[in-house]
Amino acid sequence: MTVWDEVVGQEAAVDVLQRAAGDTRSMTHAWLLTGPPGSGRSVAARAFAAALQCEQGGCGACHQCTTTLAGTHPDLTVVATDQVTIRIEEVRSLIGTAARTPSLGRFRVIVVEDADRMIERTTNVLLKAIEEPPAHTVWVLCAPSVQDVLPTIRSRCRAVPLRVPPPEAVAELVVRRDGADPTVALAAARAAQSHVGLARRLARDPEARGRRSAVLDVARRIRGVGDAVLAAGELVDVAKAEAASSTSERDATERAELMRALGAQDGATLPPRLRSQVRQLEEDQKRRATRRQRDVLDRSMVDLLSLYRDVLVMQLGADVDLINGLDPNDLAVVRSLAADSTPEQTVRRMDAIGVARERLGSNVAPLLAMEALAIALRPQG
Amino acid sequence: MGTSWHSGRVPPATRSRTASRKPTGNARSWDEPTLAPVVLVRGPEGLLRERAVDGLVALARERDPNTEKVELDAAAYGAGNLQVAASPSLFGEAKIVVVTAAEAGTDDVYADLLAYVAAPDPETTVVVVHGGGQRGKKMLDAIVASKAPILQCDALTRDADKAEFVSRDLRAAKRRAEPEAVRALIDAVGADLRELAAAVAQLVNDTTGTIGVGVVDRYYAGRVEATGFKVADAAVAGDAGGAVALLRHALATGADPVPLVAALAMRMRTLAKVAAIRGGSVTARELGLQDWQVRNAQRDLARWTPEGLATAITAVAQADAEVKGAGRDPVYAVEKAVLTIAQATARR
Ligand SMILES: [Zn+2]
Repeated sequence: MTVWDEVVGQEAAVDVLQRAAGDTRSMTHAWLLTGPPGSGRSVAARAFAAALQCEQGGCGACHQCTTTLAGTHPDLTVVATDQVTIRIEEVRSLIGTAARTPSLGRFRVIVVEDADRMIERTTNVLLKAIEEPPAHTVWVLCAPSVQDVLPTIRSRCRAVPLRVPPPEAVAELVVRRDGADPTVALAAARAAQSHVGLARRLARDPEARGRRSAVLDVARRIRGVGDAVLAAGELVDVAKAEAASSTSERDATERAELMRALGAQDGATLPPRLRSQVRQLEEDQKRRATRRQRDVLDRSMVDLLSLYRDVLVMQLGADVDLINGLDPNDLAVVRSLAADSTPEQTVRRMDAIGVARERLGSNVAPLLAMEALAIALRPQG
Repeated sequence: MGTSWHSGRVPPATRSRTASRKPTGNARSWDEPTLAPVVLVRGPEGLLRERAVDGLVALARERDPNTEKVELDAAAYGAGNLQVAASPSLFGEAKIVVVTAAEAGTDDVYADLLAYVAAPDPETTVVVVHGGGQRGKKMLDAIVASKAPILQCDALTRDADKAEFVSRDLRAAKRRAEPEAVRALIDAVGADLRELAAAVAQLVNDTTGTIGVGVVDRYYAGRVEATGFKVADAAVAGDAGGAVALLRHALATGADPVPLVAALAMRMRTLAKVAAIRGGSVTARELGLQDWQVRNAQRDLARWTPEGLATAITAVAQADAEVKGAGRDPVYAVEKAVLTIAQATARR
């Protein structure tokens, strides 16, 4: 057992990080872990943090290892955001954190997940902090690719690329961790396109599998422009509901905690001078829900893209594994679309999905972006 | 207290605002920072708390440019953190320790602060930032009793206070505004102090000379929704000339292109939905559409083909991307979408 057990299919990256943790005298103080969503950036970052704290370089069993992996180690700070961007105040406060000497471990480790979700002004604050790090501090930044962070940051970090792990490796992890049925695990790993967290959820939760199949089925149901606009509305509603179900409980807890902190009785009217704080919290929560909704929609589009990739593979008669080949309903959708369209149309639809994802990323009204997409997916000529 | 007490940079003449409701005891306004071993920043207005802390840090750095600022989040505070943070650094730099969010602190932070207030380190400044409420009351009482300075950050409720706040920011930027313009600005965005401060900053950056009521109206008067729907009506009716004329007028009077595009999108959406009703796949009730909306859309649809609707909606989505940063010229982007819609009707 080691801290690297959960870092799936990343032999090259693990080798680099493991060696760095083993030789702490020549420590690099700023790291940039890059890899597409699902490649396990944050898992790798935690494992690396644990290896840095562990006297044996990452045994996975000692107190240093277990508390770091659990995120409770006092010398580990993890910054992640549920919102569109990391706030400048958060990054400012990290500067003070970085300056403090470690209390239990060998290093003060600061992991910034979503280092790409920062506006330039915030990045400049971060830059100042990592330019001259104290000898006891290690920064681990995570981003989808090196292009997603500013060159000034990039040039001060040692970059470690992660790859998309093979689905078999992910399936093996899902079986090992969750005791999933191997067939279900492989179907989930393929459908999740090796995104570990998603594969685990799909393997565990039949409803999540059902929602994914429903998204794929939308592609088959669009017959005309009217249907397309209705289908777009459906996709957005589903995303909203899913975002709400995953955030509402947390929202309520946070609100209750704030009210308690403010000394207010729940249900009673709040004195005006305290309302601004509650409003601030509500705004934060709204931003978080917005981001979650966009993430869910983006995931739907990744699923749709996987569908048309399969359609194209089938139309071209290529002999490769289908992403959606192990679920009979999904396979039926692939077959019917492959029979009803030409490879050229399939490629155009894949392009339209790419455009819609870009639009969502650049803040286009989600419903409008999905309407234009659904229209491009309808059967034409 | 001795020599480490430094008074604020703000000259007395500009402090007249606080004369109307001078706080009691050692309390003073947020914009009159003064250094002491312990300083309390308190009140519900978050922006003012931030500015009060900035003022204290600036003052400390004026005294000693190497002053190190350490922030402690009271909500995540563990026992002993303050002792570590407040103790002198290895290189002897002065320190200012800011304990943030003390209104939601851990029990440890209150215990440690209570002990610290009794015997503070004279070389260090500890700033306790408390947003209001009952949590940490014992600690607050101890700070007040110690005669430490208190920077009050009350919510600005009266328009006169907000106007003074705006004037203050304008003065700092060496700019002036007509009193009428300040009133218009407060009417438009004064409900939220952060928004008000952001609006002042934007006007300072985007304009030159005395800020007049015209420019405030152009930026903040809003009210484009009605115009947006008129433009959409004309475009959907195939009246390209009328639609573009209305659009240009709206843009020339400062309308934001984003809600204009949203109005176009909403109009096209209703048309497509009613087209789906005609196709028999859903009912108006299921779509939440009113009878009059359906009647109007059905009349409009006489001029539309499915291909035309597809072209129009695609163009609106493209325009939304362009007005939100993908295009160089947002005004042209909306105009192109309006023309595309109008032409998509004519082509049957
Ligand atoms: Zn260990």
